[in-house]
Amino acid sequence: MSETITEAPGTATDTAAPVLQMSMQQALNRALDEILADDPKTVIFGEDCGRLGGVFRITDGLQAKHGEERVFDTPLAESGILGMSVGLAMAGFHPIPEVQFDGFAYPAINQIICQIARMNYRSRGTLPMPITLRVPSFGGIRAPEHHGESLEALFAHVPGLKVVSPSNPHDAYHLLKYAATRPDPVIFMEPKSRYWQKGPVDVTSATPGTEASDGGSPTGARVVREGRHLTLVAWGAMVARCLQVAELAAEDGIDVEVLDLRWLKPIDAEALATSVGKTRRAVVVHEAPLTSGLGAEVAQLITQRCFDTLKAPVERVTGFDVPYPSGDLEDEYIPNIDRILFGIQRVLEYRRG
Amino acid sequence: MTTKHLLAAVDEDAAPLTHEQLRELYALMASVRHLDTAAVAWQRQGIIPGYAPQLGQEAAQVGSGYAVDRTMDFVFPTYREMGVARAMGVDMVGYMSTHKATWHGGMYNPLESRFAPIQAVVAGSVLHAVGWAHGQTLSGKPDGERGVAMTYFGDGASSQGDVHEAMNFAAVMKAPVVFFIQNNGWAISVPTERQVAGGSVAARAAGYGIPSLQVDGNDVVAVFEATRSAFAHCRAGHGPVVIEAMTYRRGPHSTADDPGRYRTLDEERLGAGEDPLERFRQRLLADGVADAAFFAEAQRRAEEEEEAIRSGIEALGPRPGAEMFSLVFQEPTPTLQSQATAWRKESEHV
Repeated sequence: MSETITEAPGTATDTAAPVLQMSMQQALNRALDEILADDPKTVIFGEDCGRLGGVFRITDGLQAKHGEERVFDTPLAESGILGMSVGLAMAGFHPIPEVQFDGFAYPAINQIICQIARMNYRSRGTLPMPITLRVPSFGGIRAPEHHGESLEALFAHVPGLKVVSPSNPHDAYHLLKYAATRPDPVIFMEPKSRYWQKGPVDVTSATPGTEASDGGSPTGARVVREGRHLTLVAWGAMVARCLQVAELAAEDGIDVEVLDLRWLKPIDAEALATSVGKTRRAVVVHEAPLTSGLGAEVAQLITQRCFDTLKAPVERVTGFDVPYPSGDLEDEYIPNIDRILFGIQRVLEYRRG
Repeated sequence: MTTKHLLAAVDEDAAPLTHEQLRELYALMASVRHLDTAAVAWQRQGIIPGYAPQLGQEAAQVGSGYAVDRTMDFVFPTYREMGVARAMGVDMVGYMSTHKATWHGGMYNPLESRFAPIQAVVAGSVLHAVGWAHGQTLSGKPDGERGVAMTYFGDGASSQGDVHEAMNFAAVMKAPVVFFIQNNGWAISVPTERQVAGGSVAARAAGYGIPSLQVDGNDVVAVFEATRSAFAHCRAGHGPVVIEAMTYRRGPHSTADDPGRYRTLDEERLGAGEDPLERFRQRLLADGVADAAFFAEAQRRAEEEEEAIRSGIEALGPRPGAEMFSLVFQEPTPTLQSQATAWRKESEHV
């Protein structure tokens, strides 16, 4: 692999742990490399993921290292890629297919919804679908139409699918390794605008979720910033933006907690209850359109658990009910710092009656 | 279009069917004919809510299914492959449980029976066959131990894009797949000429560089031999094969269908041609392979079998509701578990 990894000092309490500085692209690449090494039944395939290493280079060098049978290019056909995954899973393999961009999951939607999501049920548990579908997701890179979409609500609504979206290199590494070893289909939504951002990755924590900061569960949410006045709930690329917002809000004396949901199905409702139970106010931030978005689900989970203590209705700051706009309008569409600050203001200034 | 010689070359040593095998084929067809006819009656009697008959397709289904090696091959059906299932020895109560509305996909074990779950998106499983077949290529198993996938679909399904993707993938990857098309003349109410451009489904194979053949789908021996050749071709590592069995769906598409709206009885008689079961009976008689006593016995066994299957499905109670929740995932989500708990609690009054 061509990645350059710089060794950084370990934490104060555990000097043995090699914490590496790497980008999310490098973290995902390393995770896939280790998955291939650990599990001979794993196969990675999709458009251009072999010799090219993927248009985002997530599979860079993997074909050269693990061979053309383990990592291979397919014809350009998303339904074919996902339909083929079903047959490979039935034959005992662990497919990690890739669709090149989120919008290209649409041509494969029949295979994802009618086949992958249902085969375990249809076959009464005899044909599990241990498929991890990697989907470069969300916007923020000024790409052409269909190259930036937020499909999490669509996938999360489908019985039989699980959905996860990492926000940083450490989680990207661990959540992918975890997802790829599960017996159920997982849609792995990679925030493409975060691929090149570097961060610390502790590669020695073999089981994600065992660290206290993970909330004790590999499918748990994570508090990425503690705060007292309200909780920002986000996932994927929006987590970094919410952290920026929290810093700005702090200048005005507003202490914002940021909860990275990580798993969008199942949603860690307990983490929501714990955080909002403490702050008593919540704003959900997502890139997807507002109507029937995942923000509504999160708001309901909070309402159900924290109704008595909430000081304001849960607010949502989201994309709009429009087709994902062209690059020039992207900054107007994706929740920006100002819109999130307005959302915070709405919950802080809410008065009953 | 027909490239049968390509296939014959790898199968020249195949022995002709023995008299015993011919009789077995007939007995299977008789069982399938009787069960199929009975299933329509069951629907009329309210024993099952619906059924997709395959009257007239017995030769295509039994002949092809008989060629499957159940120790290593795998079949990917749609919802009209009862005859294939029977020929492969699938548990028929489990098979019919789909039509009883007991469980989507059937109650048989697909891994043990080598027969994938029944499903209704007609071209959906064609790609699964390609994936499974490519898995055989990747398996590292020695020559002769790698299985072949056979995927069934019809002239109607051939209009779906997944069939193109599947044929293209299979040809590019040289996957050991037999694409078995039963061209029964009708996609519900739409005839083949309004469904299939390019003259035939088999003709399309040339565009992918896949050898193909059309076979008389009402001739069980011809179907068996074509399928056996195709399997030999795949097993030898030569990649996929397309077989188009020309047959005719004599009855309705499903028990909810009214063929009188789109074809007359005269057209049906004309289009259907010779009855594949009667035709095979005459052939076995003429060749001295079977006699009247054998046919009577085959019929008696078919009736006995049908009765056993009917009482089997009548005895099927509804599935425990908890299965609705427990079979979605291998690792259920907390949300689903809490839904199951709530369902249990709120159903206690029942």
